[in-house]
Amino acid sequence: MSTFSPRKLLLAVAAPVLALVVAFLVTSAILLLLGDPVVEVWQTILSWPKPRQLVQIVNGATVYYLSAIAVAVGFRMNLFNIGVDGQYRVAVFAGAAFAGQAWFPGPLNVLLTIVVAMVAGGLWASIAAYLKVRRGISEVISTIMLNAIATGVVQWLLLKVAVKQQGSNSISTKPIPESSQLDGLGLVPGATNKVYTLILLAVLVGALYWFVINKTRFGFDLRATGRSESAAVASGVKVPRMVVTTMIASGALAGLIGMPLLFGQDHSYGTTFQAGLGFAGIGIALLGRNHPLGIAAAALLWSFLDVQSNALQIRAGVASEVVFIIQGVILFAVVIAYELIRRADVRLEQQRVARELAATRSDAPTPEGATA
Amino acid sequence: MSVTGLDAGVEKVTATPRRLRLSPLQWVGVGLGAVLVLSILRVVTGANDVDSSGLLIAAFGLAVPIALAGLGGLWSERAGVVNIGLEGMMILGTWGAGFLGYHLGPWWGLVGAVIGGAVGGLIHAIATVTFGVDHIVSGVALNIVALGFAKYLSVRFFSTLPGGGPTQSPPLEELPTISIPGLSDALGELEQKHIFFISDLAGVLRAFCTNVSVVTILAVLLFIATAYILWRSTFGLRLRSVGESPVAAESLGVNVLRYKFLAVLVSGGLAGLGGGFLALVAANVFRDGQTGGRGYIGLAAMIFGNWRPGGLLAGSVLFGYTDAAQLRGGGTTVHAFLLLLAVLLIGIGIWQIVRKGRVVQGVIALVVGVIVGAWYALTDIVPPELSSTLPYVTTLLVLAFASQRLRMPAADGQIYRKGEGH
Repeated sequence: MSTFSPRKLLLAVAAPVLALVVAFLVTSAILLLLGDPVVEVWQTILSWPKPRQLVQIVNGATVYYLSAIAVAVGFRMNLFNIGVDGQYRVAVFAGAAFAGQAWFPGPLNVLLTIVVAMVAGGLWASIAAYLKVRRGISEVISTIMLNAIATGVVQWLLLKVAVKQQGSNSISTKPIPESSQLDGLGLVPGATNKVYTLILLAVLVGALYWFVINKTRFGFDLRATGRSESAAVASGVKVPRMVVTTMIASGALAGLIGMPLLFGQDHSYGTTFQAGLGFAGIGIALLGRNHPLGIAAAALLWSFLDVQSNALQIRAGVASEVVFIIQGVILFAVVIAYELIRRADVRLEQQRVARELAATRSDAPTPEGATA
Repeated sequence: MSVTGLDAGVEKVTATPRRLRLSPLQWVGVGLGAVLVLSILRVVTGANDVDSSGLLIAAFGLAVPIALAGLGGLWSERAGVVNIGLEGMMILGTWGAGFLGYHLGPWWGLVGAVIGGAVGGLIHAIATVTFGVDHIVSGVALNIVALGFAKYLSVRFFSTLPGGGPTQSPPLEELPTISIPGLSDALGELEQKHIFFISDLAGVLRAFCTNVSVVTILAVLLFIATAYILWRSTFGLRLRSVGESPVAAESLGVNVLRYKFLAVLVSGGLAGLGGGFLALVAANVFRDGQTGGRGYIGLAAMIFGNWRPGGLLAGSVLFGYTDAAQLRGGGTTVHAFLLLLAVLLIGIGIWQIVRKGRVVQGVIALVVGVIVGAWYALTDIVPPELSSTLPYVTTLLVLAFASQRLRMPAADGQIYRKGEGH
């Protein structure tokens, strides 16, 4: 088998490379069609970021990474948790309200807040899990509805606990005490801003995700269910229980998304807190193929495009929103490229098996068949 | 009823469920019954807006985009392609309506909406039908892509126009609306008298003959046309056969992929028209984020309607109505609904225990019913933040009670390759 791993590796690299090339060409064509300066746009986006921007890219990617991992847990078993967006907003609100009370000293407050946020996210996700296994409602529909409901519920609760900020119309929860704020890590030389301390949390979550999915019974059941539900049921997997566990795990992970922002930047949850992270996570999970390292690369790419596009208005005279087109085209190119490569892989595999079978059947195996 | 993805071993009705076949006269009876319930609710709670013609006109206006999105979903899912990308197609429709509507006039705006939506449909069709990408993956990706395109295109084309901005188009010309002159006013006067049932009925009738947009009429015609084409024509039979059993269809010489492709294109056009309604009729302007998840609600309405046009229409009106109730009456009207919900839940609870012998479910329904009833009794108004979630909560509740009796097209969501059946 080892002789075939170069092919696997090649195909695994081929998909994203093909997709990026296609995305580059398609985006260029769209820009040409709209009469925008193509060369300047790419020059701006592909220029090497300054230290300050590097930190921004890493920070953005940290948050995206957590979001995409939360989505990927469900994707691995064909469970489409579109509700990560609602789950993280419910969770970060609960966490921020808890942390603001400062019932516990410094780091302990941070740890307990993370637990509170995970529980809140998991509970919100459990509604969708219940509706799926007991009432047969597709999680796609129910989580989308729950996202909208989360918006209303969080707004309502926010008004109940909010403190008015000086000289601003925005409202937010009580700021967390200074002893629980995390300053960040000075990883990038020459940058005035710092990398979120909770990037360590993202690394830990990534490692745990890899371990649980690949090395545990639960992970095996999860992947088996994703590949073929009927085969999983036949081998004794209790799918409803898996759905509930995975949905709640996904929600609990979604609860982590807001934590780096809460402790490293905003220090409270309010109307100005970054929104839409859950939907970005879906795109990044698809892009990174639900693999912990793939997602890391995808999150960095997404965040890189975000940060680099900020200069577009000044340097190329193009609205920075063009980045949404680039990200969107990459996403589509990637899902199509993966499908094409997957099919090519299956075809090559079939040919190989057919050749081996032909070789074993004939008494004198032909050398061409064995080595090609 | 999961669109694709896991079954999760949910018990389903395996035998064909008894189809509710009502004669036109019985439908009128059902309608009158609903009016009666609402008029009782109005008298008991004093919330006069629960069935006012103003609310119902707003409700129909809000139902049209949902219904058109759902109709788009119906076309594509009847051909076996799950369409979670309706939201994205709608978004492209709103932008198309804004662009052509501003430059060429509102009628061309409708054309622009259909084109915008169809472009979305084209992308979804290429990904799912031509390349065989998972339908939900493609749909979710389409929603992200469409949002990005609309954002960039509106910055690019609307910021420099007079009255426009980076997130919205200049004001658009209005499309004509139709009222029946004498009848509308007479019914309006009758409605103002607040007589039990009579005034309520007048209000409902008035909503049908006052300020009806031409697009609403177009939507009704499209529903009739869809019902006829899909269920009464050879073309429709083939299209539905593709969604039920593509292998059988192909063995009979139907070009499966062509039918699927076409269905998804039509689906996009209809969803785009729904978006066009939002921009041209509901708001008279294109605005970023205008769709607000209505594509998803349209999909839910279609599922609620059991993949049939009549049920889909009923679902859309229900969601349009709850949306109008929270937008107009805000907390007061929604507060009145709490009483209705409490009575319904207690009724369901008693029914579950006495007739079905399901004590646990019955007790849960009873307890929730009593809690909701207490909420009604102890408060005067539902906070606006919570009442804004009414359409979504209704969607979930309705699906929770109905979803196990639904049957989707047998091959819905499955990827089909040409010649798969040999």
